[in-house]
Amino acid sequence: MHKSWTILSIILVIVLPSCSISSVTSVPSSNTARTTTPTTQRSSTVERISPSSLTIFAAASLTGAFQELAANFEASHPGVSLHLNFAGSQILRTQIAHGAAADIFASADQTNMDQLAADGQVISESIVQFATNKLVIILPRDNPGKVSTLTDLARPDLKLVLADATVPAGKYARQMLQNLATDPSYGADFSAKVLANVVSNETDVKQVVAKIELGEADAGIVYTSDAVAAPELGTIPIPAPFNVIAMYPIAVLTDSSNKSLAETFIMFVISEAGQSVLKKWGFTGAGQ
Amino acid sequence: MKISTFQMKRNPRSGRPGWEFILPSLVLVCLIGLPILALIWRSTGIKFFDYALSESAVSALKLSLLTSMVCVIITLLTGTPLAYLLAHWNFRGKAFLDVLVHLPIVLPPSLAGIALLLAFGREGLFGPWLDSLGISLPFTTAAVVIAQIFVSAPFLVLSARIGFAAIDPQLEEAANVEGASNWHIFQHIMVPMASRAILTGVILTWARALGEFGATLLFAGNLEGKTQTMPLAIYVGFEQDLGIAIVLSIVLLIVSLILLTLLRKLEFRPQ
Repeated sequence: MHKSWTILSIILVIVLPSCSISSVTSVPSSNTARTTTPTTQRSSTVERISPSSLTIFAAASLTGAFQELAANFEASHPGVSLHLNFAGSQILRTQIAHGAAADIFASADQTNMDQLAADGQVISESIVQFATNKLVIILPRDNPGKVSTLTDLARPDLKLVLADATVPAGKYARQMLQNLATDPSYGADFSAKVLANVVSNETDVKQVVAKIELGEADAGIVYTSDAVAAPELGTIPIPAPFNVIAMYPIAVLTDSSNKSLAETFIMFVISEAGQSVLKKWGFTGAGQ
Repeated sequence: MKISTFQMKRNPRSGRPGWEFILPSLVLVCLIGLPILALIWRSTGIKFFDYALSESAVSALKLSLLTSMVCVIITLLTGTPLAYLLAHWNFRGKAFLDVLVHLPIVLPPSLAGIALLLAFGREGLFGPWLDSLGISLPFTTAAVVIAQIFVSAPFLVLSARIGFAAIDPQLEEAANVEGASNWHIFQHIMVPMASRAILTGVILTWARALGEFGATLLFAGNLEGKTQTMPLAIYVGFEQDLGIAIVLSIVLLIVSLILLTLLRKLEFRPQ
C-alpha cells in the first residue's frame, strides 16, 4: 500500500509543475492536437525527408475542402502523401513564424499572409488568391433563441458566440456588424448591442460551429462554407451590401524542402477540378 | 502524500557518480530547464510592468485568483468528508468510488470539458433541469469554477485520505469509549491530526486549479473578465501579443514555484 502511494506521489511531482507551466509550453501541441490530421512539428520534420510528401498549414475554415482536395491530389499523384494541419490562421502564422516545418500556408485572410511575406517566410511571388468566402449566421437545430432576423441578434437576452477578434472570422464578423450599423434600419448602436451579447470568443471558427452544434449558444457568425459543412444547423443570410468577402491566399513557404511539388499542389487548387471541390464546400471562386 | 521521495538513511557514497548516470540525467534536466530558462530570458527584454498592468492581464489575474480560491474552498468542504469516508469505512462500491474520484487526474482536460458540456450544458443531460431552475452554466464564471473543481479536487481527496488513514485507530477507539460522536471525532481529532496532509492537498488543488486550461476553454468559453483565466489569456496572447503571454507565464511560474516550496517546507518540518 505504502509503495503504491510513493509511486503516485512521484507521478504527482511530475503532474504538478506541468499543470501551470504547461499552459505555455503546450500551446503548439494543443493546436495540433485539435486538428483532424495531427501533424506535430517533430513528425513533419521527419516526414519532410521523403521527397514526395507535403505539409500543409490551412485555415480551420478550409478543413473539409482541403481534406477532399488532398485526397484527390494523392489519388492523382501516386506516392505523394500530404499532411494537413488545421487551426486559426493566426495560430498557424505564429507557428510558422516560430519555425514550424511546413511547405504550404493557406490563410483565411491577407493580413496573416502579408506578415509572413514581410518576414520572408513565404515566397511572395507564389502567393495566389484561390477562394473567397462570406459570412452567415448559424443557429442550433431547434433555434432556442427564436432568432429569425439579423435584428434579433441585438436582443438583450441572446447568447452569441463569435471567433476571437484575433481570428480572421472574428475580425470579419466585427466588420460586418459595423457595416450593418451604418444602415439606419439597424441603428448606429447595433454593433455595440450585438457585441454585448457575446458569451465567448472562440480561438477558431470551427469552435464556434461546435458550440452551436451543441446548442450551447443561440447564434454564431461563421463562414458560409462552415454552414455547408454543418447542414443540420439553421442559417440566416447576410445581405450582400453588408457582408464581408474573405479572400483566401495560398503560398509556398521559403523553407519548404519540396517547392516544386508545393507549386504543383497550388496549381491543382486553382485548377478547374480544385475550384469545383471548393465550390462544393461553400466557397466562391477566386475570380468573384 | 509526499512530493519528496522517502530516503533511507545512508552514508553518502564515496567518490563521484559516473558519467553513465550524469549524461542521461543531464538530457532530462535540460529538457525541463531550458524552456523555463528561455521564458525567463524572453521576459527580461520586454516592458514587464506595462504588460503586467494591462487591462487584460489584470482581469485574467483577478479572475484566476477568484475562481481558484472558490474552487479550493468548495473542494475543502466537500473533499475532506469524502476522504474521511474513503479512509474510515468499508462499504459496497467503495472500489468503484475510489476509481471514479481519482479519474480526473489521468483524464485529458479536453475530455473533461466535453463531459461537462454534455452533462451541464444547455442541451446536456441535466441542462433542461438546470434551466427550469433558471440556471445556465456554460460561458459563466461558475463554469470556470466547476471545470477547476472537476480536474483538481482529486488531489485534495487523495492527500487528505492518506492523512486520515495514518492516524492511530486507538485514538478513535478511546474517543468512542468517552462517548464522542462521529462528527465530534472528525472535527476535534481527525481534522487537526490530518491538517498537514489536508494542507498539502489544498496546495496541490490550488496549483492545479490555477493551471486549468482545456476544460475551461470548452465548458466556459473565452471572454475577458468573465471566463478568460490566466492560462486562456496566455493562449490567446500567444497569437496576439506575445508580451502578455510571457508576463502571465512568468506570474504563473512564480506562483507555482512558491507553492512547490511551501509543499517542501511542509514535509521537512518536524511533526
